Parts: sequence; structure tokens; C-alpha cells
Amino acid sequence: MLHFTKRRIFFLLGLITTLFLAAFYVLPLGVILQKAFEGFRAFLLVDGLLKKIGSPLVFTVYQAGLSVLLTVVVGLPTAYAFSHFDFKGKNFFRTAVTLPFILPTVVVAAAFNSLLGSNGWLNLLLMRVFHVETSPLQIMNTLIVILLAHVFYNTSVFVRVVGAAWAQLETEQEQAASVLGANAWQRFYWITLPLLKKSIVSALLMVFLFDFTSFGVILLLGGPAYNTLEVEIYLQTTQLLNLPLAGVLSVVQLLVTFLISWSLLRDTHTGVVTFLPDVKNERIKKPATGQQKILLALLLIFLFLFFVLPEISLFFRSVVMVDTAGTAKFTADFYYELFQNTRASLLYVSPFRALKNSLSYALVTMVLAGILGVMAAYGLLNSKRVKLLRALLILPLGTSSVTLGLGFLLTFTGVSLFQRTPQILIPIAHTLVALPVVINTLYPAFSAIPENLRDAAGNLGAAPLQILSKIDLPLVRRSILVSALYAFILSLGEFGATSFLTRPEYPTMPVVIYRYLNLPGVLNYGQAIAMACILLAVCALSMLFMERLLLKDKKS
Amino acid sequence: MRKKIVISIIVAALSSMFVLSACKGASATDMEQRTLTVLTHDSFAISETVIAQFEQENNVEVNFVLSGDTGSALNKIILTKDAPLGDVFYGVDNTFLSRALEEEIFESYNSPLLSEVPEQFRLDDQNRALPVDYGDICINYDKSYFATRNLTIPQSLDDLLKPEYKGLLVVENPAVSSPGLAFMLATIAHFGEDGYLDYWRALKENGVVVVNDWSAAYYTNFSASSGKGPQPMAVSYATSPAAEVIYAAEALEEAPTASIIGEDTCFRQIEFVGILQNTPNRDLAEKFVDFMLDVSFQEDIPLNMFMLPVNRNAQLPEEFVNYIQIPDAPAALPYEQISASRESWIEDWQEVVLK
Repeated sequence: MLHFTKRRIFFLLGLITTLFLAAFYVLPLGVILQKAFEGFRAFLLVDGLLKKIGSPLVFTVYQAGLSVLLTVVVGLPTAYAFSHFDFKGKNFFRTAVTLPFILPTVVVAAAFNSLLGSNGWLNLLLMRVFHVETSPLQIMNTLIVILLAHVFYNTSVFVRVVGAAWAQLETEQEQAASVLGANAWQRFYWITLPLLKKSIVSALLMVFLFDFTSFGVILLLGGPAYNTLEVEIYLQTTQLLNLPLAGVLSVVQLLVTFLISWSLLRDTHTGVVTFLPDVKNERIKKPATGQQKILLALLLIFLFLFFVLPEISLFFRSVVMVDTAGTAKFTADFYYELFQNTRASLLYVSPFRALKNSLSYALVTMVLAGILGVMAAYGLLNSKRVKLLRALLILPLGTSSVTLGLGFLLTFTGVSLFQRTPQILIPIAHTLVALPVVINTLYPAFSAIPENLRDAAGNLGAAPLQILSKIDLPLVRRSILVSALYAFILSLGEFGATSFLTRPEYPTMPVVIYRYLNLPGVLNYGQAIAMACILLAVCALSMLFMERLLLKDKKS
Repeated sequence: MRKKIVISIIVAALSSMFVLSACKGASATDMEQRTLTVLTHDSFAISETVIAQFEQENNVEVNFVLSGDTGSALNKIILTKDAPLGDVFYGVDNTFLSRALEEEIFESYNSPLLSEVPEQFRLDDQNRALPVDYGDICINYDKSYFATRNLTIPQSLDDLLKPEYKGLLVVENPAVSSPGLAFMLATIAHFGEDGYLDYWRALKENGVVVVNDWSAAYYTNFSASSGKGPQPMAVSYATSPAAEVIYAAEALEEAPTASIIGEDTCFRQIEFVGILQNTPNRDLAEKFVDFMLDVSFQEDIPLNMFMLPVNRNAQLPEEFVNYIQIPDAPAALPYEQISASRESWIEDWQEVVLK
């Protein structure tokens, strides 16, 4: 009897998420694809079709693969350091690694350019050191800058997801192995890695998909020589108005997303042993040996240069003005101007309103994606087709936002609720992107909890929802924090779908930044950068605040 | 545990508050007042007072829906033409015009104010698409770069091939950006369909830099912008020098940039408005189109959108008179030809310049 209710509850929980996805993902996608394929027959006869699909596909997979490798190279040591060592400024570094995630690409392009461009700080330094006249580093608009930007953007996903799981591993197995004479590498390879496997695969998959569907980085930093599927779909849809080809490309992108997700998730379920999560935080220590201290210091220097310096250069730009004579001076004008509607424009939005819009969308997204995500992850625990379902649930990440945006438009604009309050659609669209991240962060954590713990509670008479709130949720607190955080910041930084659905009365901060950057003039540029700095500050503060709230009781 | 409950209550309260306030904001419309929905692109901007005047005179609320760049906005309208999202669409330009006309998204309207608009802007003889404003896409140059180096300013497209300008020009990808497309069209107008690729081959040889969009070209590559990039010449708008003065951090005596005005160095973009098929508000839509073509709206265009009014009675603001040059005979191509060949021109261009 108990077993029956349990299953039914799991089923119901999963069903709610499924219904949400059916209404807001499957339906609009189906509508737009159907529209796209109306003229499909004639289109198949177009010559060079294979090449038009093939060359962006190959490049998309290639750059995403390379980006993922580099992300692991940076992410693994960072995740290790964050989950093993207690050091001064840890919160600062953890926040710094995550912040790039919300930056609009135009702003990152500006930051990268001021550091790495031909007149950037690095080149000026090299020119002075080596006494050369021309800039030695020419990496803007190359594959290198695409890869760097992807690592810059997505390392945090890997660090947070794997780090949270790592911090939760209990230490007994490793201590036992150590007593038995296993060295550090053996312990890592034979004990830690298998235990972390699910989280690593989840993180890799998400990073891969973020790189795979990369749009702004390719368009603005990579330049015209590089085309991913996402960029091509955008161009075919908005510039050439070739909907059938955009539809085919969208389907190809979805298929590849599904195949890659499915094959990566395929064998993560076998041979995994579950252990009680480490709730005592035995793992975290101060760096003890000299070697540890040096390596940690090197890592932190690297993190500072790579993740913090670009943001410093942005802040610098928001408060420094260069006059016509070429002399630089500090100014608060850009911030001041943000609050002035100098042109008395109908579309002027004060930073407060943009901030309020952004924050309210982000909060609604966090709550919506959080609730749906917990239900889905919990529902997956008892499902027979976990791998298939997980691969399907991740599809929104592999969906072109242009395609989905058009689908939203065609499907929901006739519905009177959305006609009256179109802004409801924005957090819903954000939730679609956030939900796969939430599920992929929570599911590995949930499934790492030994089943017998739940059974024991069940046998003692706890109802399934009680088990969820008393056992599962407290044990996966860190993962819940990570997924809530990502739902929040994904929404703060989202531009693709927002730009499709936004109404002039309710723009988000990234939309306002793009508006300023669409006009020439020192003030417009300065205001865009100033607004980006406000976005960064707000994001950093909310991250620290959430971390404090959710992880506070662990210390007491 | 108590702490957690408190937190969840706070989060729930905050988010429901936001949702409620968002709902309230949108549903607070006066029942007697009619609403006119104007679809447009992201670059649309206008003064509050100008619109308020129209709203008061006609007891109407004008609702602007910004739908991405011109191509995105047009695409949305084509896809939803059976159940239109609005009454009026403003922003389709001469590069997309024939697509809009072919898809029959507009109803004809012979606005009485068209008599104030010079013939050269009135491309659609059935007046389905009515011209509102225009702008020239030109090469902007960094005055101080050329002055400090005693470098002469190029005067024609052919001048750009000279060795002294090697690597000094940044252009946008015509596949992505409308200024990029306009500049490519200028070269096609000048050298012809058969000659433009040879010109671009030579331009590539001379180190032309291609980036994807206008903000990258202007703010990352152009040396006269805040980005202090490496190229002193960038494809932008003829009005950009005025914007540099208006949006300068400190009052400027003169613009830091200027446009190269030579034979076919600029391409003219014209933006149109039209009444969408089957609108239930045809009467209001007509009034709004008249309003857009009338002097008060027309004179508000330059400082908001940095385009130029088509109504010959509209006066230009002082900054425009002082700091911009308007080419007498910009490069032009028939709009039907642009639509028909756009894709193949771009593909051939990409083959030559990017590969």
C-alpha cells in the first residue's frame, strides 16, 4: 500500500513538470516547426542543402568539444580547491567565477577587447616589455577568443555543480584507501571519480550544450568567419527570412542535443554506489603543506587574472572618461546620466525600473524552475526510463531561442491572458532554459542519497512528502543552492528569448544595455558599461545573499 | 528550520508581489479609451510629449511593440498576418520592402500628407508602404587620426584600395548587419553585379576588417569611439557625427568624426510605415500614419532615432545642420532587385571575403 502511494506521488510530481513543458515547450515548438515545414517540399530541391547544414554543424560540435575540454582543465582544479580548502576570500573567488555567466556578450566583448584587443592592456604590456611597435597578440575574431570566452562563461557551471557534489562526499573511503597505501592519484581515480561521475557528466553536458548553442560569443567575438547552428538559424530566420531552412537547422540542433545527451547519460547509472553525504564538512581544511599553499596561490592568481580582471576593466571604463586631448580622468557622469531622461524619450527606462523588472523576472524564474525542478528530479528517481527522460528534459537547452521565441509568439499571442499581460511569458521562457540546469544539478544529488535511508523513513511511517522535506532536501542543500542560483542568474542575464518577447514598458537590464549600445556617442557607450556594472553588482550581492541564507545553518 | 520557513515566506511573498504588480500595471486601461498597437523595430524611439499629444487628441492609447531588428520584426508580422499582432507596422526599409509587399501585409492608404514628401522617397506607387524617414550609411572617419598623420581622406570607393589605407577600414558583415548590407549594396550600385566581387577581392587584399555587427565595428574597432579600436574608418551612419556631439561627455566644439561623401560611397536607407491588413482600427491607423508624416513627429525623429525626416517642411535640429553632411546623390538600387538578389549577393560576398 505504501509502495503504491509512493509511486503515485512520484508520478504526479513528474506529471506537473511534464504538463508545463508540454504547454510551454512542445506546443510552441511544434507550431513553429509546422509553419516552417509548410514550404518544405520545394525547399528540399535547393542545391547545396547538405553543405548548408553540414559546415555549421561540424564547426558547432568542434568548438563546443574543445571548449568543454578547456573548461574541465580550468574547472577541475578550481572545484577541487573550493571543495577542499578553506581560505580567505573564498566567497569572493566563488562569486567572481560565477559572475561572467550573467554578462551580456557585447559587454564581454568590450571587456575582452580592453584586455586582449590590439590596443588592450596585455598587448600594451607586451609591447613595452619586448620593445616592439606592433601588437604581438592578435586573437580577436579567432577561434582562440571563442574558446576563451566559453571557458570564461561556463567554468562556473562545472565548478559549482561538481564542487557541490565533491563537498558532499564523505571522506571515509578515501581515508581507508589512504591507510591501505593508495596514493592521491589512485584515490582520485578509483574512489572520487566514480563517486563524482554523475555530477561530472551532468556538468559536462550542460557546459557542452551552452557552448553548442552559443550565439553571442560566436557572433560578436568570433566574428564573421565562424558560424554555429544557432547563429545560422538566427540569420536564416531574421535576415534571409528563410523559415524552412531555419526549421531544418533547428531540428538538426535538437537531434544532436538529444543524441549527445542520451549517449553521455547512458552509462552513468551502472555501478554507482551511494553513500551518505558528508554533513559534517570534514573535507574542508586549511591548506596545510607548502606545496598545497603554492598550488592554491597559483590557482587563485590565475582565477583573478582570468575571471576578475575583465570585470575590473569594465568598472574602470564605467568611471573613466578620456577627453579629446587624450587625458583620462575619473567621472561619475555615466552613472548620473543613466538616471536622466535627457531626450524625454517615451522609451526611457530608469535603472531602478530595469532593475525591478530584471529582479522580478529572476525571482519568479527561480521559484518556478526550483519547484518544477525539484518535482521533476524527484519524479525521475522512481522512473524506469531515467536516461531517456533526462535526455528529453535537457532539450530546451539545445533549442534555438529564435525558433522558440517565434513559437511563443505564434502560439500565445492569441491567448487573452498573455495578450493582457505579455510579461508573464518572460519568466516562463526563462524557466524553460533554467529547468534543465536545475534538474541536472538536483538529480545526481538526489540519486546519491542511499535508497535505504528513504526506505527506513518510510518503514517508520513517514509519508513520501515528509521524506522529501526531512531527508532529501536537507541532504542536497548545496545542490539546491546551486540550482536556485543558476535559475536566478540565467534569468538575469538572458537576452535571446527576452528580446523576442519584451515589451517596451518592461525591459530587463540586458535589453537596456543593448539599447544604449545601438547608438553612437561616448555617453551611450559609458552608460551601457555603467549599467553592466550595476548588473554585475546586483548579481554579486544576490549571490552572496542567497549563499548566506541557504548555507548559514550548516556552520552552527 | 524556522529560519527556512521565514525565508520561503519572504521569497514567496516577494515573488507574488512582483507578479501582482506586473499584472496590475498592464490591466489598468481605461475602458472607454481605444488602443492602437504599433509594431516596430528595436531602434524605435520618440519623445513622450509628441505621442501624448496624439493620444490626447484622439482619446487613444498608443501601444508600441518592439520586435527585434527590422528583419525579425518583419518576419513576425509575416508569420502572424492571419491574426495580426497590431494595427500599424513602422520600420520596414527599402532592403526588405519588396518582401513586405509580396506578402501583402499592408493595406493601401493615400495619406494627404504624402504631398509633402519628395518623389524620390515614395517607392511604392500603391502607397501600401509610406516613407517616414531616411538615413545614409556612409564611411565615418576619425578626424584626428587623419589630421595627426597628415593623411588625405579617401574620396571614393576606389581610393580605399590605395596602399596608404591598408588595414584602416572596418565594415560589417552584410549577412548579419543592415549597415553592412547597405555598404555592400553601395558597391554593387557602383561596380555592378559583375564588378563588385572584384572590388571586394581588392579591398580584402588591402586589409579590410570585417566584423559582424555595427556595435562591434563602432565600439570595438573604430578608433574615434570610446573603444579606441585600431581602425580609423568604419561603416556607420551619416548622422553618427551628430550623435557623437550630442552624446559627448563634455561639450564639443566640433564632431570627432565625419562621413566620406563621394560618388556612391553612401547608400540610402528609407524606412516605411504601413497599415496592417484587416485591422479593426483602420480609422485610428490612418490618423496615426498622418501623424507620423506630419511636422511635429517628423521633427522629433532626428534626435531620437538619428534618421532624417522625409517631410520637406520639417526643420532639422541645430546639431544636424552643423555636424552632418547629406549626400546629394547616394548610391541606389531598385528595391525589387535587392529582394530578388539579396541572398545570392551575400553568399557570393561571403565566399570571396570570408573564405
